[in-house]
Amino acid sequence: MLSAKHKTGLVFFPAFDWAISPTHPEREERLLYTQDQVFEEGLLDIEGIIEYKANVVNIKDVQRVHFCAPDEKTVMTESHFISAGGAKTIADAVMNKNIEKGFALVRPPGHHAMRIVHGGRGFCNVNNEAIMIEYLRSAYNVDRVAIIDTDCHHGDGTQDIYWHDPDTMFISLHQDGRTLYPGSGFPEELGGPMAAGSTLNVPLPPYTSEEGFLYVIRELVLPILDEFKPDIIINSAGQDNHFTDPLTNMHFSAQGYADLTSLLKPDIAVLEGGYSIEGALPYVNVGIILAMAGVDYSNVKEPGYDHSQLRQSTQITQVIEKTCDTVMSNWNARELIRMRMKGNKKFDKRRRSVMYDTDGFYEHQNETIRICSDCSGVLKIDSTSDIGQHILAVHVPRKACRACREQGFEWYDSASERNYDMIILQNRVDDTYQIRKKP
Amino acid sequence: MIIGLDVGGTHTDIVLVGESGLERKIKVPTDTSALFQTVLTGIEKITANIPSEKIKHAVLSTTLTTNAIVRDKLSPAAMIVSGGPGIDPEAFRTNEHYFTVSGSIDHSGKEIKPIDENQIEEIARRLKSEGIRHVGVVGKFSARNPDHELEIEKILAPYFDKIFLGHRISGHLNFPRRIATTFLNASVYPIHKEFFEAVKSTLKQKGISIPIYILKADGGTMHFDASIDFPGQSVLSGPSASVMGSVAFAPEDKETIVMDIGGTTTDMAVLINQVPLLSPLGIEIGKYKTLIRALNSYSIGMGGDSVVRIEGDSLKIGPDRIGPAMAYGGPVPTPTDALFVLDKTDDVNGDKNKSINGLTPIAEKLGITVEEAAFEIFDLACQDILTHARKMIERINSKPVYTIKEVLTGYQLKPRHIMVLGGPASYFAEHMEQISEFTVQRVPQWSVANAIGAALSRTTCEVTLFADTQKGVAMAPGESFSKPVKSNFTKKDAMELGYDLLRQKALQTGADIDDLDLDVLEDLEFNMVRGFRLTGKNIRVKLQVKPGLIHNYKMITDKIAAM
Repeated sequence: MLSAKHKTGLVFFPAFDWAISPTHPEREERLLYTQDQVFEEGLLDIEGIIEYKANVVNIKDVQRVHFCAPDEKTVMTESHFISAGGAKTIADAVMNKNIEKGFALVRPPGHHAMRIVHGGRGFCNVNNEAIMIEYLRSAYNVDRVAIIDTDCHHGDGTQDIYWHDPDTMFISLHQDGRTLYPGSGFPEELGGPMAAGSTLNVPLPPYTSEEGFLYVIRELVLPILDEFKPDIIINSAGQDNHFTDPLTNMHFSAQGYADLTSLLKPDIAVLEGGYSIEGALPYVNVGIILAMAGVDYSNVKEPGYDHSQLRQSTQITQVIEKTCDTVMSNWNARELIRMRMKGNKKFDKRRRSVMYDTDGFYEHQNETIRICSDCSGVLKIDSTSDIGQHILAVHVPRKACRACREQGFEWYDSASERNYDMIILQNRVDDTYQIRKKP
Repeated sequence: MIIGLDVGGTHTDIVLVGESGLERKIKVPTDTSALFQTVLTGIEKITANIPSEKIKHAVLSTTLTTNAIVRDKLSPAAMIVSGGPGIDPEAFRTNEHYFTVSGSIDHSGKEIKPIDENQIEEIARRLKSEGIRHVGVVGKFSARNPDHELEIEKILAPYFDKIFLGHRISGHLNFPRRIATTFLNASVYPIHKEFFEAVKSTLKQKGISIPIYILKADGGTMHFDASIDFPGQSVLSGPSASVMGSVAFAPEDKETIVMDIGGTTTDMAVLINQVPLLSPLGIEIGKYKTLIRALNSYSIGMGGDSVVRIEGDSLKIGPDRIGPAMAYGGPVPTPTDALFVLDKTDDVNGDKNKSINGLTPIAEKLGITVEEAAFEIFDLACQDILTHARKMIERINSKPVYTIKEVLTGYQLKPRHIMVLGGPASYFAEHMEQISEFTVQRVPQWSVANAIGAALSRTTCEVTLFADTQKGVAMAPGESFSKPVKSNFTKKDAMELGYDLLRQKALQTGADIDDLDLDVLEDLEFNMVRGFRLTGKNIRVKLQVKPGLIHNYKMITDKIAAM
């Protein structure tokens, strides 16, 4: 009789009745064969593996993270509420010690969803992990969180949400942004002036294989986590680094994903992308579940897997080693970098455009953060989308100092309703969300 | 007239039901070491002076296979298992003669690695030399593509008396359970066959020539001849007999919890508008998790003979049973003793004084009178049973679902009605109603409701069909069915095909043509997209004949209720 070394919870929500469009990769069929494999392997009968029914998140859970324009119900479908709810269900079970570890095998994914949401980008509308993490912080007083994003695409949404948060370590491993959507995630992207170094990006060359991924985990991620000392480790477990994925160019495998999970030991994993629905997902998911539960996975192999065919070239190995060195030295120099970025400024500003590829439009942002030595700094974003909404979003961070709180209120109160469709105050100190709308 | 017979731990109940309701009922002591004799005596007694032709058939619910499994008295059988990549099949080893062989099939039914004929041949020869005559063969994903199992069967055929193939046993995807289920079928086959053939031929000799059905754990019946290929289906039919005996008397438009309060345990199940709820996968018995279709029943260690003790400074009942109540000479106080003290039982075989003596130390420890202690025990027993009933409902309601529709419109059970049967049931019923939100009703003729249930149950079965229009095939491996389909094949076509197969199967396994109450368990259809292009449809259909009573049951049960 098989039993799990670590009591592991599973939320399986394949959303068999939801698709972005009938032939879109993010469609009903995506987790069908994964379900077949998970059922046939009898994983849910293993002593110590428990399946939970996905709960639904509420609007308040979303409002801790996002500014949705015009509102949550417009930018989210029922499936988004349930998918994020699946992650929240697992988080509750972990915090209540019903399980040691948990895996939310849910769709649609979320890691491309940024703080401001006008629509869908990269198949994502809201950020499942961030909604779960902010829920954990407000319900269970969790403080330091590490998110390791192992999806093949840069987790630009999660990066955006935690750009200014020094208590959230975000490390993304992904295919080099010069060769893949969303085109970001370079080592120079380190986070804002108060949080630089708590965002780290490890772009990997196309055709990186098991050796490369595991090298980054072993030599870079684990030592940094040791130093960061998170209360909880989250894995954004995208599965599109697989050698059979139709949208990417990597050489990762089910064994590799399972090994990565064993090394990383995440408390919670949340499924992200992965669109080789027959050749990869069934095996990768079985591998991850077994690895989390501490059950032998050495015989989990996808058809067509041949380790010798998938080896990476020495050139790729060298590129990865060099990238890791750069990232590590940035991490070590983070205090210095923060100081340099702060300079003597009172405020730091950035302008940028965000592409919503799934829904097909652009958003333009002017972001202002108060440089602060007592907290992570209050933030405001002036955001306009091509499809019409113009909003002012004010974010008062969880540990905002008095001055930053007052600055936030001032921004919110003094903005004129004539200039914006909505003015929103997301106050994480008091866990409130206020909106003023154009009369 | 129909005979219903239910073998219990201590006695066997036999009824004869017919136009005038419950025509006869008798109880004979169960002799576990001579079950055959018990059953035979029962049938002989109940049919005394009644001509054979007046009896339509007999339904037997026996503990034969259950006991063999629980007491680990299984006949030697062998298992040949091909897993391929994934969890090592060694983890699912069922017995000594268990062989993992090469060959692998993926989730789509595609062959990844062929079987090795020489390997199988060698194992067959070895097993034969060791005297093994029955063997089970299970491949991973054989429910998607049974070819490997069929090829292996062909090689094994000359060496063995009976071969059980995993894909015939169940259409569910669950390799470990399919292994366990196939193993149990192979292992109980000889005793099942021997027993029923003996019953049949002996009855025939005695001039009682009637068709024999067995009761299954899903509350349905199956003709004995068909059960030879699925002997595992007879496992754990006991709890379903009682549930089926309650069906006719349950409200037609309500959810009902059925509780069978026995000596050692209380067994619970749920009826929704008189239809029993099935367990999602199958029964668990001993160390085996199976795919044997079963009612969703829940057993707790709380009954009339459960041990009453004080832990810390509060009362605790069960979950263990050491012996009968002290009133009957047992060693420790029990809820039944509480009933004696409270004068809630008038059984002349029991001695109330012994119960009083038994409860006295408990009353002293609690600092109350013996009568007060008895009431507290009685109350606690009722409370415990109700708590477990609520937990069971919560557990059923928290079953994961996989579509948005089910999350948003998910059916939630909220039963407000309980039906009880079993020895202490009548006393419990009244009190449970007083202390809970439930209305509580006693099942009419509760003492033989199990046998009535066996007699009145209809034949049930299940069919799993899937189609892949990209490959151009519709298959129901469990029914040895496969057919080419065109790209315009739809879910509707699949359902029609499935219903045809289901009707055929039901009639073959003994169903009456008027009892085909068909029902959909699963119907899924997916667009298959390869390279951003729609290439086909993946259709999955699971259909069943619902557990329920035979078509003219009302005529009989109305009379029973009026008795």
